[in-house]
Amino acid sequence: MTYGWAVAEVRLEHITKRFGEGVDAVTAVDDVTIDIEDHDFMILLGPSGCGKSTLLRMVAGLENPTSGEIFIGTQKVNDVAPKLRDVAMVFQSYALYPHKTVRANIEFPLKVRGESKPDRGAKAKTAADALGLGEYLDRKPGQLSGGQRQRVALARAIVRQPAVFCMDEPLSNLDAKLRGETRAELVDLHRRLDATILYVTHDQVEAMTMGTHVAVMNRGQLQQIGTPQQVYAKPETVFVARFIGTPPMNVMPVGLFERSEVLVGVRPEHLELSANGGLPVTVRMVEQLGHETLLIGDAQGTRVILRQDAEAAVPSIGAEITVDASEAHRHRFDPATERRIDR
Amino acid sequence: MKRRWRELPIAVGMLAPSAVILGIFVVYPLVRAVQLGHLRCDATGKRCREGGWGQYIDVFRSNEFQHALANTARLALMTVPVGLALGIGLAVLADKQIRGIGFFRTVFSSTVATSVAVASLVWFVLLQPEVGVLPDLLHGIIPSLKQPGLLRDPGTALPAVALSSIWASLGFTFIVMTAALQGIPRELYESAFVDGAGGWMRFSNVTLPMLGPTILFTSVVLTTRAFQAYAEIALLTGGGPDPQRPTQSVAYLIYGQNSLVKNDIGLKSASAVLLFVVLLVLALVQFRGLDKRVHYGS
Repeated sequence: MTYGWAVAEVRLEHITKRFGEGVDAVTAVDDVTIDIEDHDFMILLGPSGCGKSTLLRMVAGLENPTSGEIFIGTQKVNDVAPKLRDVAMVFQSYALYPHKTVRANIEFPLKVRGESKPDRGAKAKTAADALGLGEYLDRKPGQLSGGQRQRVALARAIVRQPAVFCMDEPLSNLDAKLRGETRAELVDLHRRLDATILYVTHDQVEAMTMGTHVAVMNRGQLQQIGTPQQVYAKPETVFVARFIGTPPMNVMPVGLFERSEVLVGVRPEHLELSANGGLPVTVRMVEQLGHETLLIGDAQGTRVILRQDAEAAVPSIGAEITVDASEAHRHRFDPATERRIDR
Repeated sequence: MKRRWRELPIAVGMLAPSAVILGIFVVYPLVRAVQLGHLRCDATGKRCREGGWGQYIDVFRSNEFQHALANTARLALMTVPVGLALGIGLAVLADKQIRGIGFFRTVFSSTVATSVAVASLVWFVLLQPEVGVLPDLLHGIIPSLKQPGLLRDPGTALPAVALSSIWASLGFTFIVMTAALQGIPRELYESAFVDGAGGWMRFSNVTLPMLGPTILFTSVVLTTRAFQAYAEIALLTGGGPDPQRPTQSVAYLIYGQNSLVKNDIGLKSASAVLLFVVLLVLALVQFRGLDKRVHYGS
């Protein structure tokens, strides 16, 4: 399937969104600036309530920013109606019309645009075939599984050939196995369509595996933006350090891990048992996951997690161990601002 | 099996109150009406004799019953579609998150707290040529409001009754439609909105189909109400105006003070049983006919 996509970079400049007025006002998005390049698969990642969905809804035109500017291509779209923005949206609940057949659901955006019936039928068929829905065209959404409904929602989005896709946690209603499969299919779809995708999720696995770029948000503010590898390898803030990676990075208080005036973070896989000096840790729990073993311990009241190969010897609970990390694996953060200090 | 029989007394005890009420107020009157429908009485209504099942056919074929049935059907055809359309329209209008919408919702639903009798009296006064507000305001546009008066003109009496009836049912329709509207997921509208659907497209492709089951339910209720219309007719026109009696409904034929058969318990009972059968058939037809086009959630 080849589509002639318009150049679809999306620029968000100093976007702020407040709900309510006066003392009840809530700032959902706080001065966020993001550049999304053409053909990018941009993940907006963060915990629930961080403002990522609000940001997405502003791009789609379902909300208006309180201040700031949104550009799609070269056009400022703040005051442009959704139908003229050339944006398709995929919802977490799929938002399929339950009374329409799969075919009618997929055709709906074309019907709205007044396309002729034969055109609609042909395009809907192409989109449905691209997602393996060919044999379900005459069924109603209620007769489909969750995964199939999700594909119908995707087909309805791609049939329009929009410049930008907005996807709001489209996989979170699927079970774990299907979610894994669909992740791979979405990556493949992105490659085939060569489209610009904005994808909201709270799932860091989705962010790491699917995105070409990840924007991490917390409490309405943009924490960091970069490739998944950059965000993982060089977290800009303590929040990003702890949010990305399972189990999360050990961020230790000032003075605990080394003699310095900063917070020190070390990922569980980068902590190693050491024979000559380091941080003394009491083992509290051992989690054997088959392919790896997690040692969860306590160092003067701070929880420390250590990841080891499954083959490594397992210390007993209550054992005293000493851990250390190489200089390259130490992330240092300012204790006041919680921002990264680069050496 | 044994255990089930042991529980029989408890089951009977639990069901008894409902069974007694159902028996006294539904089953017994129905059986009694079917029995009474066999009787044929003299002009005073004092002496009656057995008329047999054939009486039902006689009553159904009679000009009076056919005339009343036609009037009732006309009333239903006026009240049901207009009542539904107005109820849906008001509910959609009030389904907005704007300041002061609670006031309008209260106003729109207020007639649900008004009995048909009170509603009819309100309209009776409003439409009186001598004292009513409407005739004074609008007689330039509709002269019959003043001369002879909407309720006294054979051509307009039934529509005037329908007006009062629609008004009285509007609160109910509004509340049911409002509840149904709130059950429609917002994402469906948002998805249609992002796809570029305007107000009418969203209404016809999302709102209306999603209201399908509620519209079917409400249309059955409103039709039944129209076929049982009595209070508004008794209070507004008394089945008149004579001699055409365009507002004599089947229910008025059965209960009305000015009904032709008011002294004949046999004919009245036969009419009541026939009305029951007609309503049953109508409800079945409505469900059969509309059910296929209605989508019940997934």
